[in-house]
Amino acid sequence: MSAVLLETRDLDKRYGGLHVTRGVSLKLHAGDRLALIGPNGAGKTTLVNQLSGTVAPSAGSVWLNGEDVTRRSQAQRVRAGLARTFQITTLAPHLPVQRQVELALFEREGLTKSFWRSIDAYPALATEARALLRDLGLGEHAGWPTERLAYGEQRLVEMALALALRPKVLLLDEPMAGVPQGEGARLLAALDALPKDLAVLIIEHDMDLVFRFARRIVVLAEGAVIADGTPEAIRNDARVRAAYLGH
Amino acid sequence: MNTSADSQAPRVAPAWRAPLIAFALGLAAWWLLPEQLGLLTRITITALFVLSLDLVVGVAGLATLGHAALFGAGAYAAGIFALRVHGDPLLGLAVGVGAGALLALVSGAFLLRYHGFTFLMLTVAVAQIAAGLAQKARDWTGGDDGLSGFTVEPLFGRFAFDLEGRTAALYALAVLALGYYAARRIVDSPFGLAVRGIHENRARMAALGTPVRARLLAMYGFAGALAGAAGALSAQTNAIVALDSLSFALSAEALVMLILGGAGRLHGALVGAVVFTLLHHTAASINPYHWLFVIGAALMAVVLVPPARAWGWLRGRLGAKA
Repeated sequence: MSAVLLETRDLDKRYGGLHVTRGVSLKLHAGDRLALIGPNGAGKTTLVNQLSGTVAPSAGSVWLNGEDVTRRSQAQRVRAGLARTFQITTLAPHLPVQRQVELALFEREGLTKSFWRSIDAYPALATEARALLRDLGLGEHAGWPTERLAYGEQRLVEMALALALRPKVLLLDEPMAGVPQGEGARLLAALDALPKDLAVLIIEHDMDLVFRFARRIVVLAEGAVIADGTPEAIRNDARVRAAYLGH
Repeated sequence: MNTSADSQAPRVAPAWRAPLIAFALGLAAWWLLPEQLGLLTRITITALFVLSLDLVVGVAGLATLGHAALFGAGAYAAGIFALRVHGDPLLGLAVGVGAGALLALVSGAFLLRYHGFTFLMLTVAVAQIAAGLAQKARDWTGGDDGLSGFTVEPLFGRFAFDLEGRTAALYALAVLALGYYAARRIVDSPFGLAVRGIHENRARMAALGTPVRARLLAMYGFAGALAGAAGALSAQTNAIVALDSLSFALSAEALVMLILGGAGRLHGALVGAVVFTLLHHTAASINPYHWLFVIGAALMAVVLVPPARAWGWLRGRLGAKA
C-alpha cells in the first residue's frame, strides 16, 4: 500500500461541555477516495477544520507526510500539500475568475511577496490558469467577475483554486451543496477527473455521489467514528443503517 | 490555441499611464493658474495622502480613522530633520517616508491583530496617542505652537522654494506622480492582488496559504510611506508643522475625500481630493462659517446616489434630448 499522506491520531475537539469530535483516527493514502459521512452535527466540518488548521484540536494530533502539523498554521499546511474547498462557496466575488486562479498559482509559486512586477508579467501562470479553467469548462468566463457565474460554476472555481495549489491531499467539504440538479454533471465530471495519485477526503450528503465516488467510507456520529470500510461494507453495516441511513 | 477565453482574459493598464495623466493635468494647472499655486500644492499633497489612505481602506479593506498619525509622523520627522540635521528637501522627504512607514509597521503589528470596529477604534487611539506625544514633546515638536523655524534648501541645490510657490507646486506634483506610479505598480502586482483577495475574502486567502497578517502589514507599511511623504511635503512647502497634522479631523476628512472619489481604484483618491479641496476652497471663500454644509451635501449625494445610477440617469437625460 502507498505511503500515508494524512493521518489523525485520537483527534478530540471540545467547545466547553460540547464534545464535537471524539478520538478520531484516520489514515489517508495517495490515490485514496475517502468519503466522510454522518448526520448533521456529527462533527464532519469541525474535523476538516482541524485538518486544515483553522480549528485547533483539544487533544490528539494531525500528521501530514509523516510530520506532526498539529501546531502548524493553515498556510504552512497548504505549503506542505494540503488544500481544501468550503461547504459554502467562499470566493472573492468582484475579482475576475482568472485572477482568482492566478492568486492560487502566485501563492503556490511563493510570488505574493512580489510587489513591483505586474500580474500580467507571468504569462506561463496565466496560461496555466486558463488551462485549468478550460478543463473545468469555464474557459469562456475567465474575464468575468466571479459573482456573475452560476452557483455550480462557482463551486467549480473553488475546485480550480484548490487544484491550482497542486496539493497532495484535497479536502472537499460538500462540493455539491446548493448546486442545482442541472449543474451537477460538470462537478461530477470534475471529481472523476481529479489526478489519480491525489488523496481526496470528501464530505457529502448526496449518497449517490458518495457511493459512486468513494472507495472507502468513514461514518461519523456524535463526533466518533462508528464505521470505516468499503462502500459495500458500509451499505450493509447494521449500525450505519440504524444511525444514519435509516433503513 | 486562440479561444474566446483568451480574448476575455483580464489585463491591467500600464502603471505609468494614470500617473502621467495626473502629472500632465497638474502641470497644465501649474502653467495656466500661476495665481493658484498654493492651492495646487495643497491639493497635490492632499491627493497623495488620500491615495495612501486608499491603499488601506479601498485596497486592503481596513477601515481607519487614524491615518493622520502616519501623515503627522512624516511631517514632524521632515520638520525636525530640517531644523536639526539638514535642510535638503529630498533627504527630508526620505526621512518623512521612513517615519511614516516605520510608524505604520510598528502600530500595524499591533493593530492588525484586530478586525472591524475594534481595528477602527484602535486606529483612532493610535492617532490620539501620537497627537498627545507631539503636544507633550515641546522641545522637539513645538507643542501647541507648532514646529517652525526650519528652512528648506533649494531642490537639487538649484531650485529655491520661492514665495510664489512655483518650485513647491512642481516638487509636490512630481512626488505625487511618483507615489501614484508606485501605488499603481504595487496594487497591480501579485502582492497587491493577494491583498485585494484578502479584502474580498480573508478566509479563502488563508486557505490558499496566504500569510494574511503579514501581507496586510506590508500594505500598511507602503501606505505609511506614502502618507509620510505627504506629511514631509506639507512640512517642507508650508515651513511649519502644526498639531492638527495629527488630528482626528484630518483622518476623517481624508476618508470623506476617498468616499467622494470612490475607494479602491486609486484615481478616486485623486478625484476626491481635488473635488473636496476645491469645494472647500470655493465654499469657504463664499461663506467661511458654513462651508461644511456644501461638503455634507456632496457626500450625501455620492453615498445615496451611486455613480452607476447617476451615470444611467445622465445618459437617459442626454438620450432623451438627442
